Amino acid sequence: MVPVSYYFALSAILFALGALGVLIRRNAIIIFMSVELMLNAANLLFVAFARMYEALQGQIYVFFVIAVAAAEVAVGLAIIVAIFRTKKSIDIDEMSSLKG
Amino acid sequence: MSIDLLLFFVLATVAVIAALGMLFSRNAVYSALFLILNFATVAVFFLLLGAPFIAMAQVTVYAGAIMVLFLFVIMLLGAERVEGRHRGGWQRPVAVLLTIVLLVESGYLIFVRSDLVGAVAPVASNYASPEAIGELLFSDYLLPFEITSVLLLAAMVGVIVLTKEEKLLREHTDVMENGKEEARSPQGAGGK
Amino acid sequence: MDAFNLVPWIILFPVIGLVLNAAIGRRIGERGSALIAIAASAGSLVISVMQYLALSAHPEGAVVYLADWIGIGALNVPWAFRVDTLSVTMMLVVSGVGTLIHIYAAGYMHFDVRYKEDPGSYARFFVYLNLFIAAMMILVSGDSYLTLFVGWEGVGLCSYLLIGFWYQRNPDGNKGIMNSLAAKKAMLVNRIGDFGLLLAVFMIFWAFGSLNFDEVLPHAETVAPWVIMFITLAMLLGVTGKSAQLPLYVWLPDAMAGPTPVSALIHAATMVTAGVYLVARSAPLFAAVPAAQTTVAFVGALTAFFAATIAVGQYDIKKVLAYSTISQLGFMVAAVGMGAFVAGMFHLVTHAFFKALLFLGSGSVILALERAHHVQETLSNPKHKKKGHTHFDPQDMRVMGGLRKPIRLTFWVYTIGALGLAGIPPLAGFFSKDEILADAWIENPLVFLLLIAAAFLTAFYVGRQLLLVFFGSPRSQPADKAVESPAIITIPLIALAALVVIGGLINLPGWHPFTNWLAHTLGEELAEPTEFNFFVALLATVFALIAFYLAWIFYGRTPLAEKQVDPLKQRLGRVFTGMENKWWVDEFYAWLIVRPYKRFAGFLADTIDWKFLHDWVHDSAVVNTFRWFARFLANPVDLGVIDGIANGLAKSATGLARGLSFFQTGFVRNYALVTFLGVVIMLGYLVFSS
Repeated sequence: MVPVSYYFALSAILFALGALGVLIRRNAIIIFMSVELMLNAANLLFVAFARMYEALQGQIYVFFVIAVAAAEVAVGLAIIVAIFRTKKSIDIDEMSSLKG
Repeated sequence: MSIDLLLFFVLATVAVIAALGMLFSRNAVYSALFLILNFATVAVFFLLLGAPFIAMAQVTVYAGAIMVLFLFVIMLLGAERVEGRHRGGWQRPVAVLLTIVLLVESGYLIFVRSDLVGAVAPVASNYASPEAIGELLFSDYLLPFEITSVLLLAAMVGVIVLTKEEKLLREHTDVMENGKEEARSPQGAGGK
Repeated sequence: MDAFNLVPWIILFPVIGLVLNAAIGRRIGERGSALIAIAASAGSLVISVMQYLALSAHPEGAVVYLADWIGIGALNVPWAFRVDTLSVTMMLVVSGVGTLIHIYAAGYMHFDVRYKEDPGSYARFFVYLNLFIAAMMILVSGDSYLTLFVGWEGVGLCSYLLIGFWYQRNPDGNKGIMNSLAAKKAMLVNRIGDFGLLLAVFMIFWAFGSLNFDEVLPHAETVAPWVIMFITLAMLLGVTGKSAQLPLYVWLPDAMAGPTPVSALIHAATMVTAGVYLVARSAPLFAAVPAAQTTVAFVGALTAFFAATIAVGQYDIKKVLAYSTISQLGFMVAAVGMGAFVAGMFHLVTHAFFKALLFLGSGSVILALERAHHVQETLSNPKHKKKGHTHFDPQDMRVMGGLRKPIRLTFWVYTIGALGLAGIPPLAGFFSKDEILADAWIENPLVFLLLIAAAFLTAFYVGRQLLLVFFGSPRSQPADKAVESPAIITIPLIALAALVVIGGLINLPGWHPFTNWLAHTLGEELAEPTEFNFFVALLATVFALIAFYLAWIFYGRTPLAEKQVDPLKQRLGRVFTGMENKWWVDEFYAWLIVRPYKRFAGFLADTIDWKFLHDWVHDSAVVNTFRWFARFLANPVDLGVIDGIANGLAKSATGLARGLSFFQTGFVRNYALVTFLGVVIMLGYLVFSS
């Protein structure tokens, strides 16, 4: 059988990649997708632990995470669309009004 | 090498490559597609980990709904390509560095500090069946379940409000002004 | 005895009177003020009479203790009253003559405040008058030298207040400061005398260890003679000040600037006699040092003669009386100087009667002329234009004359007083003056010569005054139209005249009631009755009559006409000029003392105070130093350091902010990076530390 720690490692790698994507890319939608990747990595970890401890709670959490992620994506994309309408761009480097 | 291990490594490689592809792709649509591949791989992992319901939910909701939504928005905004150099050249190397540090830390945690190096026991076939999940969902976690529905409603309302066209607001304003004109003079509203 | 315990009321009645008058005097009108004052003085008189009656039964007297006053170390001076024959004599004189003068003043001041255009001052006058009675009573009733000194100073103050009563006018009634200057002169000259008395008091305490009469006087023999000599001579200085002897008499003539009742009460009858009382009280001290006694006698005799010469040449009716007072005081001082304490006190009493009578009478004369003058002014100046105010001095004898017809009553009482002063028997003055002369004849021939000469001159200037004022024909319009004064003024005059007539009985030779009376206090030794010397009495009377005759020759035979020069001037020439000008004593004092003193004061004021202290020390030293210091604080300290700190803080804050704002790039990615960095660090810490 696969040692459950391998799953941990995979989850860590995916999470790190997702974080890297957030920090590097300039396209807002790509960044969003990287966030989804991070969430996914977390889900994987949850399920792995649920399997390890044979507790179904882990999977229940994943269920909720997926539901919330869906809601969050909807709203987030709506925001991006709204921003696009004014700024005519989704390059986050152009959204620097907070510059002080 | 058992078949499980082999399968795991293959799938893991695919998942990581898909993630990298998503990261470094110039075309946003390609990134989305890579991400869908990633999700699918992870769904298989879920199956391997004995969570069939979750695997299906992942495919259906994540890959099926969320990513489709992503693609819709990408198409809508025409964000296939993003050109130009990025400012702040120091950002990239630092980010990479930090990621490596994180990986090192995680690795340390997982392999050096933990004692979970071993296989897991097999489980029954109906270990995480929909019935089991449903049972748990509707007894212990009934409240979060219901609140999630409210959450989804809120998200819907929010989306609608955020994406409302400004044109509608302008029409509203016109009506208001016309109303004022009507109050001042009995003549009906003139041209627009 | 019970009556003795009432003695504090001799002071309390006048004090109550003065407080009432000070508080409500203005509101209750002239009548009310006068009534309060007269009642206070009369109350004092009643108590004095009661003391006399009680003393008659118990002649040894009593000491009435009121309260503790000073108790410091060895010095213990209580507030106590001494009721013995000597002090009661003074009390009777002060309150008796004082009450009569209060009554007189009630009428006199009614006119005076109107002539001085200040009706509101009526109450103030009686406040001061009652204050004087209170202070004089403190003086005579005190049981120690210190309480005597309190009274001494008190009457000095009242003298100042009353001489300068019309402090914004000159003696002739016009506006000016001469009255204030006269008051100041009285105060300052008296100060010199007070200095002498104070030295004597200090020495007494140092020598005897106490200031009470009972502890000092009986032990006069036990102290070294040179100490007693010093004490008595210092006391003599005080006497020359208060009782106007040589050389400190100069304030008394100027004191005539005060209203006439003041001159009568203070500068004739009572205050000026305080010196005589002091010597009589300190009789044992003076008796212990014969040399001091002789000095006193000569001072008195010389003053008597000197002042009499000046009185001959004066034209102002009150000035004549003033110098006469000085002269008569000289008689008294000479008497006590020769050890004839009873004679001195006797003359004090009779002098109070006739001098007060003369002063009040002169006041009546002056008032008569003033009223006539004002009537004349009103008639010729119906609209009361002040510009037409003719210069008229109602006190100058040269504008009087023939007044015996218009003001008959005043004339008669005045004559009685004048004859008493001259020493014509059987009036009181004769007996008292004769007793002094008799004593002088025995004790000191030189003093006798001086005194008899003074008596001769006294009769002369008295006759001169009578003839100039009342005889002849009027030398001015007001003299012609003079009007007799109202009853409130003339009745006290009559009372005093009666006292002058019968006053001789106080110490009639052969009977000597007064000598026996005073012997209870002074002791048999010092109060020996004087044998009646017929020869001396005859000599004095003859001299007086010759003097009258001479006066008649010059002033009566051919009465003085208007604006005529004094006939005596032609006779005596330069001598008369000297008499007229008071022998230039005031001028001499001014040259000797006042001018150098003023120059010294000016030097101190201008050079030292102004130039040195003010200009140099203050402006240069103090102000400049201060300015330098302020500048130092302002520029380097305030601007440099403090502002530097404040500005520095601000600059560092802005610098810090500017530095930190580097982090606010506005890029979301940077924010995310920083967050990620934080996560990594925290994770690392958690991982690697546990």
